[in-house]
Amino acid sequence: MHESGPASVLIVEDDPQIRRFVRSAVETEGMTAFEADSLKRGLIDAATRRPDLLVLDLGLPDGDGIELIRELRAWSNAPVLVLSARSHEEDKVKALDAGADDYLTKPFGVPELLARMRALRRRIVQTGAQTSPELRFGDVVLDLARREVARAGRPVHLTPIEFRLLSLLATNAGRVLTQRHLLREVWGPAHAEDGHYLRVFIANLRKKLEPDPLRPIYLRTEIGVGYRLSLNDPEA
Amino acid sequence: MTELDQRPNPDLLLASIAAENERARRGKLRIFFGASPGVGKTFAMLSTARQLQAQGVDVVVGIAETHGREETARLLQGLEVLPRRNVAYRGHNLSEFDLDAALARKPDLIVVDELAHTNAAESRHPKRWQDVEELIAAGIDVFSTVNVQHLDSISDVVAGITGIRVFETVPDRIFDGADEVVLVDLTPDELLQRLHEGKVYLPEQAERAIQNFFRKGNLLALRELALRRTADRVDEDVRDYRRQRAVSRVWKTGDALLVCIGADGDGARLLRAAARLASEQEAPWHAIYVETPTLQRLAPQERHRILKDLSLAESLGARTAVLAGDDAATVATQYARRENIGRVVAGRRRPQRFNWRPGFVERLAEQAPEVDLLLLARNSVHKETPGADEARSLFTRGAWRRYAIACTLVIAIAALAAPLTSALDLANIVMIFLLAVLFAGVKLGRGPAVLAALLSVACFDFLFVAPRLSFAISDVQYIVTFFVMLAAGLITGQLAAGLRFQVRVAEQRVTRSHALYEMARELSAALTSEQIVEVAQRYMEHAIDAGIVLLQADLENRLHVDNAALAQGIDTGVAQWALDHGEEAGFGTGTLPASRALYVPLRAPMRVRGVLCIRPNTPDWKPTPEQRQLIVTSAALLAIALERLHYIEVAQQALLQMESERLRNSLLAALSHDLRTPLTALVGLSDTLVLKNPGQPAEYAATANAIREQARRTSTLVENLLDMARLQAGGIKLRREWQPINEVIAAALDARAETLRQHHVQIEIPEDFPFVDIDAVLMERVFVNLFENAAKYTPQGSVIEVSAARREEAGRAVVELAVADNGPGIPVGRETWLFEKFTRGKDESPITGVGLGLAIVRAIVEAHGGSARAENRPQCGARFVITLPAGTPPDMREIENA
Repeated sequence: MHESGPASVLIVEDDPQIRRFVRSAVETEGMTAFEADSLKRGLIDAATRRPDLLVLDLGLPDGDGIELIRELRAWSNAPVLVLSARSHEEDKVKALDAGADDYLTKPFGVPELLARMRALRRRIVQTGAQTSPELRFGDVVLDLARREVARAGRPVHLTPIEFRLLSLLATNAGRVLTQRHLLREVWGPAHAEDGHYLRVFIANLRKKLEPDPLRPIYLRTEIGVGYRLSLNDPEA
Repeated sequence: MTELDQRPNPDLLLASIAAENERARRGKLRIFFGASPGVGKTFAMLSTARQLQAQGVDVVVGIAETHGREETARLLQGLEVLPRRNVAYRGHNLSEFDLDAALARKPDLIVVDELAHTNAAESRHPKRWQDVEELIAAGIDVFSTVNVQHLDSISDVVAGITGIRVFETVPDRIFDGADEVVLVDLTPDELLQRLHEGKVYLPEQAERAIQNFFRKGNLLALRELALRRTADRVDEDVRDYRRQRAVSRVWKTGDALLVCIGADGDGARLLRAAARLASEQEAPWHAIYVETPTLQRLAPQERHRILKDLSLAESLGARTAVLAGDDAATVATQYARRENIGRVVAGRRRPQRFNWRPGFVERLAEQAPEVDLLLLARNSVHKETPGADEARSLFTRGAWRRYAIACTLVIAIAALAAPLTSALDLANIVMIFLLAVLFAGVKLGRGPAVLAALLSVACFDFLFVAPRLSFAISDVQYIVTFFVMLAAGLITGQLAAGLRFQVRVAEQRVTRSHALYEMARELSAALTSEQIVEVAQRYMEHAIDAGIVLLQADLENRLHVDNAALAQGIDTGVAQWALDHGEEAGFGTGTLPASRALYVPLRAPMRVRGVLCIRPNTPDWKPTPEQRQLIVTSAALLAIALERLHYIEVAQQALLQMESERLRNSLLAALSHDLRTPLTALVGLSDTLVLKNPGQPAEYAATANAIREQARRTSTLVENLLDMARLQAGGIKLRREWQPINEVIAAALDARAETLRQHHVQIEIPEDFPFVDIDAVLMERVFVNLFENAAKYTPQGSVIEVSAARREEAGRAVVELAVADNGPGIPVGRETWLFEKFTRGKDESPITGVGLGLAIVRAIVEAHGGSARAENRPQCGARFVITLPAGTPPDMREIENA
């Protein structure tokens, strides 16, 4: 995968030490970093600098980071990576529903941060270059145009709902999709609360596509939040 | 469509199901029923009890009268007999059935002889059948005996036959409500034979009367009565059965009976007759007492007798009401129409000498032509109670003055008019006298008016009509004048008296309702229980002529009795009984009537809030209907006021709790933020050190990694402390959903991938293992902690096995999740202790941690209604097992096909 041109990242975080190491991580990737220490500053910078990616702390001194996401989404599609604390699952879900793309739980290491940023940038690049109708993860090939799935060269039979679920996850690969979002998109708004529907079908997809369904590496569970199709090699 | 018609009425079916449930919880009553003493009831009862005991039933004899007969006494051998309670009463030593001992012993079945027995004073209940009721309510089966002449509705019939009045009676509802009635039958000849052989116990002093009783004619009649009464009951059973099977509909509306109780002293007989009729026809019945002005004039004893009749009616199963109105017939008609009653039972009127007004029955017949009237014969001899005589006597103390005024008035008019004879026409003088009569009628009442009329006639005749100063009359036409004067006096007197009376009744009623209104208003403004007590005392104590004490119940339904209440002679035991049973107890009731106060439970919509203790000022206190009504209404008002206070308290506490919870949450949030931020910086910055300086020696990278590892570990610790703080606060809100357990386990493994890098994890969970109803986020913490624990206490390269199984435990399906390792295991004896806070496997060990992990595991699992335990595996290593309720997972196949 190659990146197109020098990209910019806006870091909205009130703690200077965290800003410092995130900035240095961004820079090691060859991207430009801008820093903002408050919600207000963050919004101004997002509008003026037009960053390609935002790293956003949810707990800012002058307000809730979710507000920033909502405002941003009115005029920008730049991916947003949210930094939040564990045990605040509702906040994560809210942020994702507001339009955030992924989240990282504090404390996190630099390698995790880099992996997430890469995955999000890759999505942008792909979207920019017209998503190819074909998608690969491991030995699975998903052909969105012909609605076919093959594993190790052999066709896999998926039910219509399974296919819809998989293609939704695949077109948003790397992003965390919340449970409500998936249910609404695949089953319709009437089933937005039927979490177990989703879990039944995810389990079926894992049985058909994962090398070890008990320890999935592609169809990852984000407990209390939702699911994500991870294209990264798990060891990376 | 006949099948549809044959369907049972749902209401009736529900009622019979409710009755069945009620019966299932309660003990069963079996009555051994006989026509007369000596038929062998006790013998039959004890034999049956012995048979049951032989079948393994826990039988106790509460009380059994052997009357010194050996056959019967022999039956008692081998049965557990409760010791009797000895009561000293008026110099006699009485031994009574010990109810409390029986309740404490709580056998399956208890034998309590002689259901109709009257207990010694100071006992809990005046009658033994009330003891039996309490035993049944406590779920104990009871065997008891009763003779036909002791049945309430039959006792007066028996008295008519045998000439012996029985005062120990059992209400029919007890007999009819018994689960089984066994008729112990013996022909009169056999009974007499036994009597001659001396096999029947006879108390010596009453031998004569009893010899009279045991005449063949009597015995035949009694036997017939007993057989018929049993047959009635069997008939009812059959009808009950038919109702369940919907063989036919039995009910007809308008079957209900209405009895009006009057003041003529024959009420009890009328009520018994009505009760018999009603039970024979399986119809509900009502008894009412209409308080008319005439009846309100009755002497207090008379009114008490009527109240006693009403409570008799209640015990015979009637719905009772006290109504007020001018005319008993009108009120009765209205009541009958409102309650849809088709038949009125009345006693035949005593022939009266001056019959110028139609009687109750005639008026009722006129006003309510649609109602059937049943006229019952009355006793041929009617004896007036002395109280009634007194009431009818004209010269009660207060009246003297009024009669004197009437006399003075007439004499004054005569004196004034005498000099005017020449100036005024005689007709006008008559008018002046008439004025005096009218005044007496309006102001002084009926009696004085009549006296004034008579006196006026006399004065007029004596002073004004020729020949003067003589009672002789020259002109016959003056007789007309006399009669007119007398009639005018009588009529106006009667009218005015009635009017005055109604005004007084209305005034009293207004005063009463006004007082109630004022009380309700003040109670609704009361903010403390002291205020409630004060209001209650102010409004009630004078009106009911008794002192009151209010006892409040706490949440465990225990009454709070302070020393002030005890000083006033409040009996805590009785008050508690009233509270527990939600029924009145004490003075004047059926429960512990010997106590000095009446205890009224304060029933509020949610529960009984306390007890109102009423301490009469006089020992012969008996509340009038108005006072009763006041007590009942006030009790309801007080209960609601207390409940309102309770909820104010609850609301305040909830507010306080919410406030403190909010504070705690914001504190925890601030703490978590302030601790996590520097740790995040530490982890990130140590990573940056390595990444930014790739050329440094290996030791440099190792140091950076060590910093990073320590920061991570500290972060985990902080997480656990915060978790525990949240769990401890008690307010864990579970967000349960049906989750595949392996998804949660996989997420937990991912979260601890770093820690478990050196261990082999094996998951042995069937692919189609049913979903479990859990909060996934919290359950992930459980596994994270278990994995962390396993990684910490086992050497590198150990195997960690995760397994899941469904099984039955104590009759319910559970899911058992286990994390096992092959490490050194748990120190023996520490298996349960491990789950305590700040506990670690070994007190001193190089492994870091404060021992919160397993405490968190336990708190979360218990919040799910499950349990956690630790054990050592037979081979080697430790095993941590979590048991969760399995519940009923949603149907997966249905979802997949949806």
